[in-house]
Amino acid sequence: MLIRLEPRGERSTLWAYGSPLLAIALTLATSGVIFALLGKSPALALYTFFIKPLTSPGSLSELLVKASPLVLIGTGLSLGFRANVWNIGAEGQYTVGALAGGGLGLWFYTSTSPFLLPAMIVAGVLGGMAWAAIPAWLRVRFNASEILTSLMLTYVAQLLLLYLVTGPWRDPEGYGFPQSRLFSDAATMPILLEGSRLHLGVALALVVVLLGWVLLGKSLIGFQLKVVGQAPRAARYAGFSDKGLIWLSLMLGGGLAGAAGLFEVAGPIGQLTPQISPGYGFTAIIVAFLGRLHPVGVLLGGLLLALSYLGGEAAQIDLGLPNAVTGIFQGILLFYLLGADILINYRIRFGSRAAVARDPRPA
Amino acid sequence: MKIVTTGESKGIAAPPLLTLSGITKRFPGCLANDNVDLAILPGEIHALLGENGAGKSTLVKIIYGVLQPDAGEIRWQGEPIRISSPNFARRLGIGMVFQHFSLFEALNVAENIALAIDDPARRQGLRGRIVEVSTAYGLALDPDRSVHDLSVGERQRIEIVRCLLQNPRLLIMDEPTSVLTPQEAGKLFETLRRLAREGCAILYISHKLEEIKALCERATILRLGRVVAECDPRQESAQRLAELMIGSELKAPTHGRRPPSDAKARLELSNLSLPSDQQFGTDLKDISFTVAGGEILGIGGIAGNGQNELMAALSGETRVRRADAIRIDGKPVGHLDPGARRALGAAFVPEERNGHGAVGAMSLAENGFLSAHRRRGLVSYGLIAGRRTLGFTQEVIEGFDVRSRGPTAEAHSLSGGNLQKFIVGREILQHPGLLVVSQPTWGVDAGAAAAIHQALLDLAEGGSAVVVISQDLDEIFALCDRIAVIAGGRLSTARPIDAVSVEEIGLLMGGGMDGATGERNAHPA
Repeated sequence: MLIRLEPRGERSTLWAYGSPLLAIALTLATSGVIFALLGKSPALALYTFFIKPLTSPGSLSELLVKASPLVLIGTGLSLGFRANVWNIGAEGQYTVGALAGGGLGLWFYTSTSPFLLPAMIVAGVLGGMAWAAIPAWLRVRFNASEILTSLMLTYVAQLLLLYLVTGPWRDPEGYGFPQSRLFSDAATMPILLEGSRLHLGVALALVVVLLGWVLLGKSLIGFQLKVVGQAPRAARYAGFSDKGLIWLSLMLGGGLAGAAGLFEVAGPIGQLTPQISPGYGFTAIIVAFLGRLHPVGVLLGGLLLALSYLGGEAAQIDLGLPNAVTGIFQGILLFYLLGADILINYRIRFGSRAAVARDPRPA
Repeated sequence: MKIVTTGESKGIAAPPLLTLSGITKRFPGCLANDNVDLAILPGEIHALLGENGAGKSTLVKIIYGVLQPDAGEIRWQGEPIRISSPNFARRLGIGMVFQHFSLFEALNVAENIALAIDDPARRQGLRGRIVEVSTAYGLALDPDRSVHDLSVGERQRIEIVRCLLQNPRLLIMDEPTSVLTPQEAGKLFETLRRLAREGCAILYISHKLEEIKALCERATILRLGRVVAECDPRQESAQRLAELMIGSELKAPTHGRRPPSDAKARLELSNLSLPSDQQFGTDLKDISFTVAGGEILGIGGIAGNGQNELMAALSGETRVRRADAIRIDGKPVGHLDPGARRALGAAFVPEERNGHGAVGAMSLAENGFLSAHRRRGLVSYGLIAGRRTLGFTQEVIEGFDVRSRGPTAEAHSLSGGNLQKFIVGREILQHPGLLVVSQPTWGVDAGAAAAIHQALLDLAEGGSAVVVISQDLDEIFALCDRIAVIAGGRLSTARPIDAVSVEEIGLLMGGGMDGATGERNAHPA
């Protein structure tokens, strides 16, 4: 028997939304198989990974805390991806945002000014933008692929972080540990719900989703991003500046990634350390695609991927599974998602093609 | 037209290699080939000449087995035959080099050629044969080079070698020089002459007259799907060939209107020169013309002579360094982007509908917004004014009789004619002072074409300047007050439509009188 892909002729709306669901289902099934191979009961492992983290007290707020950086970054990335601007270096922009805003907090660590935190947020956004400006300029000026340049700059940013927390910014009273001072109260994100880790950044992430939705669906700028992504010639014909849109895409992505970095260090982490991200900048790429490059979808995708972080921790504690389970889960999900997206433009046909009549031999 | 069955022109009674008689092929809405006869002798270089849409491609696809004729007979060395597939054509000994290559960039030359060989046994010793054939015919080619490193000329050599390895009796070349530099074209001609000397017939498709005069011994000229002439191109002038190609029974202007003689110039080009940014584009050279309000200027010419580049320069998709090379209503605009030019009252209809004039996967409302948001005030505070956009779209749909499901229909769900009516309507309802349209009725049914023509005439009547870039001379004669011809990136002086003869137009289109055109036009016959 033959399995063939047959073009549908036009995009299937059903599968545009169905493909993420199919991908999630296949990922769960495959994860179950992997758990079984690791000698764990698949049912118990899946329960521990996906359900248990939601049942403990305060788990919902923890989920939101983990989801908010993913949602912030994912929203920015999805706007850029719409315009075919492939910013893969959000992780680096996140790091530089955390450094720029966090550095300000460390510089004024005795300050009690109410303006310190807002200034740090602005600095975080600007830091992320500055890091994204490098690939933007290289792309516009030299047509260098932003995929490569933004990715490479991620490693530069991480080394910069390592250098600062082991060198100039190391806590003088920290017994030589590679970490900065703790941020003062004035430099820390306010907690929204007493007794939880739910901080202001979570609320701001929701605001960003709403703004992103309006920007993409209702604004001239969002329209321009969509046109330049789908039909670059039509965008030029309409007078939309492709260079301007490349800059805009990277500034949006970089700025939001920078904000996410600052919210993390000034929020749940409370200081600069070498480990300020469990790969949020990369996971947000999966979030953006899972959410169909739409801010509301990104919100849902962010929650699911946040769950994978919580589930990974739970699986580690309860079942003794390695922490790499989270990465495996995310990788399988992206794999299936990209695979299932074929169904948007193609349908699967079983059975062999109708036999082609043989050519008569030349006389 | 008599069927040519013997090779009189050679003087020897060599039987034709391939004979087509009475070939007819009909597509919905058009008769692509109408009772076509063609005979190709062994070892001759035979030109198939015609404008775009004359039916050359259809005929060649029939010979290569891609299409089946609706009627008519094909004989191969005198035997009636049905060429059922390209595979079968190759086994007969027919090879074809397409205009657009089908090569895998990531593979090397030998691998690409191996992929095209049907019989696995024949892949043995392929590298050696590639070297052998390519050196024998002067087609320098290294089997180990990756295709993505190669120039277009080198890629074409792969396709030719691929055909030669099958020992073809007939080689079809589809517009082979359209992607080549003059030097590469020269080398190609040497190869083709050599092949012909060795007895391989060549069917050479082109609309470049000088090239055909230099290379071919016989030419079959198609117009509107019919054979209009068969001749020896070496004996004919380029002018005569162009006349045969475009037809000499052009209709007189069908509109009675006259542009007001005292109207102010709305579009002025002065000495516009622009190097093309495309590898095989045409540089624009020293183009000057003026279009007044109420006037329609037609720009004729054979495809690929700078029309696209001129359109891009006029619309602002390509910017001109010297701002005053282009003026709209007296204001220099060369440096302005398309949006800023629209704000000054210009509107544009590009040749390509999908992906250029419209975004296929977007709704008509979004496509209406695309170019009209500025002049029709469809943006408020940075947001899309949804109701006004829908209203405008509805206005276009109703005013121009666009058959669709309404403003939410995706652009690609419309037929070509309806989408073109939508695009033209969208531009005209922005009430432009200047409208530039490229190929306004390309691939459009007759009803839609008439509606579009009427809309353009009405727009000019209202005092706007209109520029129509078209390869369809009938269209230019039906619409325009004056005509200029673009050839090799130069534009002839625009002249009143009733003061030019078909001979002159044909001459200008063939580019046969480069350099002398300006002088000639200054003294009309």
